[in-house]
Amino acid sequence: MSSSNESIKKTLVVALSLCVVCSIVVSGAAVSLRSMQQANAEEERKRNILVAAGVYDASESIADQFGQFETRVVDLDNGQYVDWSAEQVAAWDMYKEAGNPENSVELSKDEDIASIRRQAKYATVYLYDGDKDGTADRLVLPVQGYGLWSTLYGFMALENDINTVAGLTFYSHAETPGLGGEVDNPAWKAQWNGKNVYRDGEVALRLVKGGATPGDQYGVDGLAGATLTGRGVTNLVQFWLGENGFQPYLNNLKEGKI
Amino acid sequence: MAKTKEVLVSPIFANNPIALQVLGICSALAVTSSMTVAMVMSIALTVVCAFSNLFVALIRNHIPSSIRIIVQMTIIASLVIVVDQLLKAFAYEISKQLSVFVGLIITNCIVMGRAEAFAMKNPPMPSFIDGIGNGLGYSVILLAVGFLRELFGAGSLFGIEILTKVTEGGWYYTNGMMLLPPSAFFIIGGLIWAIRAKYPDQEEAPEFKIAPNARASEA
Repeated sequence: MSSSNESIKKTLVVALSLCVVCSIVVSGAAVSLRSMQQANAEEERKRNILVAAGVYDASESIADQFGQFETRVVDLDNGQYVDWSAEQVAAWDMYKEAGNPENSVELSKDEDIASIRRQAKYATVYLYDGDKDGTADRLVLPVQGYGLWSTLYGFMALENDINTVAGLTFYSHAETPGLGGEVDNPAWKAQWNGKNVYRDGEVALRLVKGGATPGDQYGVDGLAGATLTGRGVTNLVQFWLGENGFQPYLNNLKEGKI
Repeated sequence: MAKTKEVLVSPIFANNPIALQVLGICSALAVTSSMTVAMVMSIALTVVCAFSNLFVALIRNHIPSSIRIIVQMTIIASLVIVVDQLLKAFAYEISKQLSVFVGLIITNCIVMGRAEAFAMKNPPMPSFIDGIGNGLGYSVILLAVGFLRELFGAGSLFGIEILTKVTEGGWYYTNGMMLLPPSAFFIIGGLIWAIRAKYPDQEEAPEFKIAPNARASEA
């Protein structure tokens, strides 16, 4: 029996049938579990919105807490809210639509500092009004940009002065664990809180290699051993808070136009 | 029956894959900084090891020896992907913490070593049990290391505080080194020492004799 195993025909048959069986098993698992995985990812995304806004309470359900947020869609071009129904707002996925030529724009090389290539025309923002006085206390903006290995997806929250950072989190990335992956380190993320974004109308917030000088209102310590991830984080912050990102919208908010 | 028991139990202490064969050290360093993660990793590896042994043993008489390593790898890799997908669906938080290490079970020498050394020569049932036994052997070391590291590094077990930390008004100064990978080296070294002191036959004969320090003689 063992001698016949060594024939080329047998080798090919074994290899092929093994591949077919294994691929069926793997794709079966991937397809049948996808809906649960997506639900988990969605919950994680919402949890990160809460964490970025600094209002996450682990003892309460994420859905309830997220219910306190108002979801709005912003036209990135003119910085105004779009006039959509609640269903349309809920269904809008700005990262998915970035691949749809009708609803997105291609970024030129100079504009595309965050290396995302295409950007949806409309972006979803989340407003948190904790004291129910009609003005939002926290504003949570989606941010996205390329690090070293992967696109980082996260949220940046601003205080109601539209200049002070209230929090930054990333909910999806594949940077090197222990180096670039330290963007998830709570101690590092805590440094962002209270930093200022704009100086004379330009985004001045950035990572400083070797550590920000104490009292630097616009600098956050870079990550040791993660120069490229850090550069990616700086770029994505500068892009999304800059004029191709949310700056027109934020200016409108500051001037009270919306 | 006695043989089944021996196949299951002997890898736990007498023939431990980490302590005696010194395999699978990489993940033992990486995922032992907390008990929860070590536990999930242990379960994942035990499942993969048991089923890869089972499937390799099932088709062992049909595997051409020229491609046997690739066949084993394909089976192991498929199982690991399935485990990874299951974790993402049912234990999302932990799957984020384990991140790349679940994928690295594919390259864990224990799984491959048992497939090659045991499952290729034995029927499916004993192979399956051998896989569980070796998975348990790995788990014992992982949990022991995780226990020491989390207890002394963070003052907690499974995330529940045991020793009150100074930062929270208690008395325990956490040992930061325990949370870094090198501490796992020291602990595993200590465990190997302890096991070999108990089972002296595990000590290996020196491969060569160290010569007495040579001195330049006077001319």
